[in-house]
Amino acid sequence: MSTPNATTSHLQEGLTVNSSRRLNFKFNGRSYQGVVGDTLASALLANGVIVVGRSFKYRRRRGIVSDGAEEPNAIVQLGSGATTVPNIRATQVMLYEGLEATSVNKGYSLDFDLRAIIRLAGRFMPPGFYYKTFMSPKKLWPFYERLIRLSAGLGEIPKSPDPDLYDSINAHCDILVVGGGIAGLSAALTAGLAGARVIITEQQPLWGGALLGRPETVVGLSSKKWIEQVIDRLKGMKEVKLLPNCCLFGAYDHHFYTACETRYPPGITIPEGEVRERVWKIRARQVIHATGAIERPLLYKNNDLPGIMLAGAVSAYINRWDITLSRHAVVFTNNDSGYRAACDLVRSGASVVVVDPRAASETNRYAKWSDQNRVEILNQSWITEARGTLRVRSVIVKRSGEGNQQFEFTCDLLAVSGGWNPVLHLYAYSGGKPLFDEQRGCFVPNAKIEGQQQIGAANGSFSLAACLNEGVEAGIHALFECGYSASVPETTEIESVEEQPILPFWRLAESGGEQFIDLQNDTKVADIELAVAEGYRSIEHIKRYTLLGFGTDQGKMGNIVGMAVAAGLLKQTIPETGTTTFRPPYTPVTFGAIAGRHVGPLFDTVRKTAFHSWHCSHGAEFEDVGQWRRPWYYPREGETMQQAVNRECLTARNQVAMIDASTLGKIDIQGPDAVTFLDRIYTNGWGNLKPGRCRYGLMLGEDGMVMDDGVTTCLGPNHYLMTTTTGGAARVLGWMERWLQTEWPELKVYFTSVTDHWATISVSGPFARKTFEQVCEQVDLSSASFPFLSFREGVVAGVPTRIFRISFSGELGFEINVNANAAQGVWDAIWEAGQEYGITAYGTETMHVLRAEKGFIIVGQDTDGSVTPIDLGMNWIVSKKKDFIGRRSLARADTKREDRKQLVGLLTSDPARVLPEGAQLVANPDEPLPATMIGHVTSSYWSENIGRSIALALVRGGHQKEGQRIYVRNRDGETIAVNISSSVFFDPEGERQNV
Amino acid sequence: MFLIECPWCGRRDQGEFSCGGEAHIVRPASPDDLDDESWADYLFNRKNPKGVHLEQWVHIQGCGRWFNAARNTVSNKIVSVYKVGEEPPHPEKRKPVPESGQ
Repeated sequence: MSTPNATTSHLQEGLTVNSSRRLNFKFNGRSYQGVVGDTLASALLANGVIVVGRSFKYRRRRGIVSDGAEEPNAIVQLGSGATTVPNIRATQVMLYEGLEATSVNKGYSLDFDLRAIIRLAGRFMPPGFYYKTFMSPKKLWPFYERLIRLSAGLGEIPKSPDPDLYDSINAHCDILVVGGGIAGLSAALTAGLAGARVIITEQQPLWGGALLGRPETVVGLSSKKWIEQVIDRLKGMKEVKLLPNCCLFGAYDHHFYTACETRYPPGITIPEGEVRERVWKIRARQVIHATGAIERPLLYKNNDLPGIMLAGAVSAYINRWDITLSRHAVVFTNNDSGYRAACDLVRSGASVVVVDPRAASETNRYAKWSDQNRVEILNQSWITEARGTLRVRSVIVKRSGEGNQQFEFTCDLLAVSGGWNPVLHLYAYSGGKPLFDEQRGCFVPNAKIEGQQQIGAANGSFSLAACLNEGVEAGIHALFECGYSASVPETTEIESVEEQPILPFWRLAESGGEQFIDLQNDTKVADIELAVAEGYRSIEHIKRYTLLGFGTDQGKMGNIVGMAVAAGLLKQTIPETGTTTFRPPYTPVTFGAIAGRHVGPLFDTVRKTAFHSWHCSHGAEFEDVGQWRRPWYYPREGETMQQAVNRECLTARNQVAMIDASTLGKIDIQGPDAVTFLDRIYTNGWGNLKPGRCRYGLMLGEDGMVMDDGVTTCLGPNHYLMTTTTGGAARVLGWMERWLQTEWPELKVYFTSVTDHWATISVSGPFARKTFEQVCEQVDLSSASFPFLSFREGVVAGVPTRIFRISFSGELGFEINVNANAAQGVWDAIWEAGQEYGITAYGTETMHVLRAEKGFIIVGQDTDGSVTPIDLGMNWIVSKKKDFIGRRSLARADTKREDRKQLVGLLTSDPARVLPEGAQLVANPDEPLPATMIGHVTSSYWSENIGRSIALALVRGGHQKEGQRIYVRNRDGETIAVNISSSVFFDPEGERQNV
Repeated sequence: MFLIECPWCGRRDQGEFSCGGEAHIVRPASPDDLDDESWADYLFNRKNPKGVHLEQWVHIQGCGRWFNAARNTVSNKIVSVYKVGEEPPHPEKRKPVPESGQ
């Protein structure tokens, strides 16, 4: 039970809290009060809330252990509805009026959790438990998976779109300082005084870092005063940007950094026009990492009990938030910093026992203090077990030496310090390989990275004096590198204190029981032992097998301990074992912040043609083709899609129809070497193409595979217009530019994209000429003077146009290019002229059906990057007289194989049956699964013109198999018989387009 | 995200560029004279060195020009940029560097 405890409350004198201003908040449905300056964690502790969540796997009760980003237990869901955010650390949320939070892992209630029963089966849940247990019988896995998924995950995602604004901003500076503790502030001040452009970020809303929880005297001032003075001075410098509440979460190449500034925490309603979070994209010339250090826990039985906290956090809750945490405390420490917590505990009125595995030292500056304060120090001693059910009630201490004495101490708090880990995430993100320093018992930066410095605790320099001085030195160095002359640094002499060295010690081999390394993922010492026993050697594999460091905290607290344990079991040194890879983000970043303004209509560009509003007013349904929004079909009142498409198809073949083809890529090609270039890029020859004529061309990659196709027209001497597929326009232009610039710079030819300049209307059908001649001036449209595959300039509806006699439907057709700004009038005139012949507009679906009836391919639908022109049966377009891109590849052993997948037509035995596109084809319908697949369906439609279904397919050796029966096997087990046919289903002689 | 010195436009963010892979691969003058293996070598095989790599880049969101860059694949430091047709940096400047950068 987490009932308010009489011993815990805010004292009168707060360091940073303002106890006169009360704030109401709710945690797991209960109402509490905190004060301004509280974090959610400090407010909960002040209210005596000891248990804040259940553990992920075993549902053990867990309490707050830290005061920062490393917190593994106090993970909460903040806010509600569309703006709720899961996985927030209670230690990093500043309390506000009306805050509502719930534990992400609380089961039915924190006091009673059905799944805590799993704990009883705990020894049956080793690493790999799910795979080992649920993978057989294999058939039952889907059932198990559903059950497991129900119990997995932390927190809940919002069910509706986030209504808030998020932003991103680019920033540039000379010197970026990461971390606003004493070292970072010292560096920023030095740099700022010289007039450099400085950005300093701090993840907390308050400046000061570790000093906030540890009052000291700095340059003759109280630390609080010193911080205030430095911040005031920095604020007065116009080239210095201070970013509090801004967590720098990623470091990338060439000093590019990303930071997320929380402007309004989750759950707070934000003012109109304000953004909730803002991502800073910072490009710096010099970067100083002053990211501090994170304290390590120690290992013993039940080291996860509520009431066990990191020693530094205990100090912070006492000093910064004035919370009395304990009456009877035990401090377990292998270094001097634990004694600071002991002092703070004594000052707050607790009786204290210190357990220190190091031998008593004559230099221990705490000896006299302990005598004066009746503090018992047990040297050469270890805690082997913590006891208690709801929270820690006592600890078992073992003292080495004669008789191996064992004691039990009653306590309501256990403060632990296993040493400090410099926060080297940014150094590691930048490619740095940290080095294990035996003396300091921690990883420190190794080789310098150009333009980067690590200072203060992040550099393994934990003393106040070192932090201040390294800040000044780093500032001067960075200034020098940026070309500034540094002003004389202020004197910052601080008496350095001699400390007794740390005893880097991880655990007692004989401690049994459940010893937790990663509290968020419930990874225990026993799990690492099992992983090593089962043969895992690489720390990266051990991590993945045991889930060490896999939580949202990324193992900030436990990872190094886990690696040290693994090293011990593998009988290796810690450097030999190494660390796992550090990857951004440092703390979780919301998707909202990452997406910024690129949501909704701004997610991607929508390209609309000149006729878009006409399509809308004529009832078009649209489909997205790349960024283009194209009419898909135009249903009339009461028509289904199939009925509309059938009608459009019949009208196009029997009367006249028009389509907006503006999205086809258009590239204007000019220059004396234009034809030479076309010859190299297309498979067919272009030398004999006269002005006024058009030709279909096929483009291959150098690997011989079909890349794009389209019609290119000779507009005049040395002047061509190339068309490409809608989706391939940018790719083809880039491709041609690359060859021209890098391989054939001697060619005089120039490419210009004119896709958007020209709107394109394609009119086709038996009455196309009769329709078009009503609106077209100055051009004789008769077949004799304007034959198929030719080009004329003319005036349509008073507007100058380019007219092409080409067709993608196989019908008599005219394609009209007109200046996009004047295009609507031309479209309207043709539409008007076609009325007496029953003209219809048609969309992409009808276009696909019409071209499939003719066996015309669509690159990217009937081809997939592994298809040569030979595979398509298009040998006729492959020149034998010249070289071109991809030609040599057509003679490779693999491309010459006769059993390659080749394009064929398919006709179903049941003419009414339309095959699913992508369906797999087999030769033998009775072959047991998995059957041998010999191809797949690429295009499949109902053809109203032919009165049956048609399909195109790629089939192994298909060109030799015309007439053979093969089968489609659907995934529901159904078998459909099909016959291989020609890929041309309609007008095989191609007479209709020539009339 | 790299900072890349376009020979025509100056220093710009990587987001404006696109990488084309290894530079100085010359298309054989007479592909027919090559056996399958040599052609496949031209077509598919690339160096992928640990150290300085000569590669093609295009300022696709800017001037649209292709150029070459010598980039250290360990530190991602761009040793030099040079125009198509220009000589790559002297081999002395392309020696491998220590893992951590510099």
